[in-house]
Amino acid sequence: MTAAALGQPVLETVGLSCGYGQQPVLKDISLQLHKGEVLCILGPNGVGKTTLFKTLLGFLPPCGGSVLLGDRPTAEWGRREFAREIAYIPQLHAPQFSYTVHDVVLMGRTPHLQGQASPSRQDDEIARDALERLGISHLAARDYSALSGGERQMVLIARALAQQPKVMVMDEPCASLDFGNQARMLAQVLRLAEEGLSVVMTTHDPNHAFLLDGNVICLGRDGFVRTGKAAQVLTEAGMAQLYGVPVRVHAGADSVACVPLIGRDDNGEVGHGAAGEDRPKIEQ
Amino acid sequence: MMRKGGAPHSAEASGNGREALLARGGNGRGIAEARRRAWAVVALLGVLLAVAFVASLGLGRFELFEALWGPDPEKAESALYVLFGMRLPRVMAAACVGAMLALAGCAYQGLFRNPMVSPDILGASAGAGFGAALGILLSLGGIGVQVCAFITGVIAVAASYSISQRLARGMNTVLMLVLCGMVVQNLFTAFTSAVKFVADPNSQLPEITFWLMGGLANVTKENVWWLLVPLVVGGAVLFSLRWKLNVMSLGDEEALALGVNTKKTRLWIVGAATLVTSSAVSVAGMVGWVGLIIPHLARFLVGPDNRVLVPVSFLLGAVFLLLVDDVCRSIYTTEIPISIFTAIIGAPLFVYLIYKSKAGAS
Repeated sequence: MTAAALGQPVLETVGLSCGYGQQPVLKDISLQLHKGEVLCILGPNGVGKTTLFKTLLGFLPPCGGSVLLGDRPTAEWGRREFAREIAYIPQLHAPQFSYTVHDVVLMGRTPHLQGQASPSRQDDEIARDALERLGISHLAARDYSALSGGERQMVLIARALAQQPKVMVMDEPCASLDFGNQARMLAQVLRLAEEGLSVVMTTHDPNHAFLLDGNVICLGRDGFVRTGKAAQVLTEAGMAQLYGVPVRVHAGADSVACVPLIGRDDNGEVGHGAAGEDRPKIEQ
Repeated sequence: MMRKGGAPHSAEASGNGREALLARGGNGRGIAEARRRAWAVVALLGVLLAVAFVASLGLGRFELFEALWGPDPEKAESALYVLFGMRLPRVMAAACVGAMLALAGCAYQGLFRNPMVSPDILGASAGAGFGAALGILLSLGGIGVQVCAFITGVIAVAASYSISQRLARGMNTVLMLVLCGMVVQNLFTAFTSAVKFVADPNSQLPEITFWLMGGLANVTKENVWWLLVPLVVGGAVLFSLRWKLNVMSLGDEEALALGVNTKKTRLWIVGAATLVTSSAVSVAGMVGWVGLIIPHLARFLVGPDNRVLVPVSFLLGAVFLLLVDDVCRSIYTTEIPISIFTAIIGAPLFVYLIYKSKAGAS
């Protein structure tokens, strides 16, 4: 698809620098997210993934450049109208109080409430629909804090759905899920994208980006930024440079996967793979 | 791990139409039923409060109701005096103070996302204690001491709040607020000690000590207005913010992402809770435990949803302190300071509630 066919981006950054105070951690980030697209943010620990994230969500003001939601910079949006466009799905955490699943999802209706009103019957209905859409209606009356990690993550997505946003921003949605639940979560992300939602998510596993087959933005050290399709950006050389360890990409008939190389070097010590001609190069 | 009713997280699960429909109908009913039960608790507590209120009016050495409806007109007249001059203010004050402390505790526990928080977390009680001690030292008299206590209570919270806002800058605001509250609380406790140190050990020191023990023995008609107005104002603010309190209890970032202006909301909640706590403490002195255990007990009865929890805490607090005050003024020939009884009842009750909630969780 050409850029013209995609239309106007839902979320866009223009020459964005972000960080705390006056010291930008990231500089000159330009990315575009269109309707129904998935964007993965990848990068090693401590490069500022979370900072970028918080800036996209308007928790932090940009140090330079701008974040555009629709055609307006995020700074011009009111908190409540902003929350009707973008939903945030935080990393899993244990809540302090034992709200029912239904009440947790109902909290997603908050930006749609007038003044100090409490949710109405209609909001109850929307919350129920969100649970049903994800196939977890049976959890509605359960205690949210007593659910398993995978179930809790689904409830948080239901809450985001109840917000009826255009964009979902997910902070490591697979972080504490088991292997099977990770796959289910990614399938869910694809399903949401097919239904027209745009999704931004961070992940530590490049394989997630392969599975989603969407766009990626790689944030490396010293201002290294690369954006593009997963298959183009996440090459052996690209990932070796990004993470500082050699990586092998295996392409199968119906999937692509990558693994970091660990083995013994010429001296017999455990390191990152045997020295060989075909070993992916790490550019310093 | 096997989960009860563990349908996989896939669309196929909802594909099984009949089962999904049944589950949906069942849970929809479950939630509606739980809500009905919660509001039934509210109604029941309302009735309980009314009964306890009237019964407490009749409690005392003077047989009020007998005299009021008795044949002797002179006795009936003195009964009216006892009712409006003494019993009614006393009973009203006990109910108000209980409701106020419970309400503030409920609000703070939600706001600070911590069920172990009590209304004095930001220094309201410590501040008010210092103000009262200072008022007694300066011989300001009843109302003067109260005003003094109220003002210093508000000052203490304002200090905690503004210092934390200065320090927080992008960090965990809630944690900062709690830390600053601790600092301010300790500081004001030290100030109180300083006042006690210089106070006249024969007259002022015992008065300060008794004030700090807390009690409703000296409550007057004027005091009741002093309690009622803040209760109505603060209560109305907290009642209208009770859904936001749910959202705030998810933490700042999630609340922001759900469209809540966290700064403004937090200020309103802290303001209302401080108004309520400071005026309660300024009239009744340090009455511990109520603000901590009543919200717990309420959560035990109706769950953590603040839409019901706020009114239930309010009513339960009123009933609780009313009954405790009844015990204080009837168990012994002289009155026993109320804080002694709230602690004696509160501490074991708290342990029991923790035990029960642990048992429920496992």
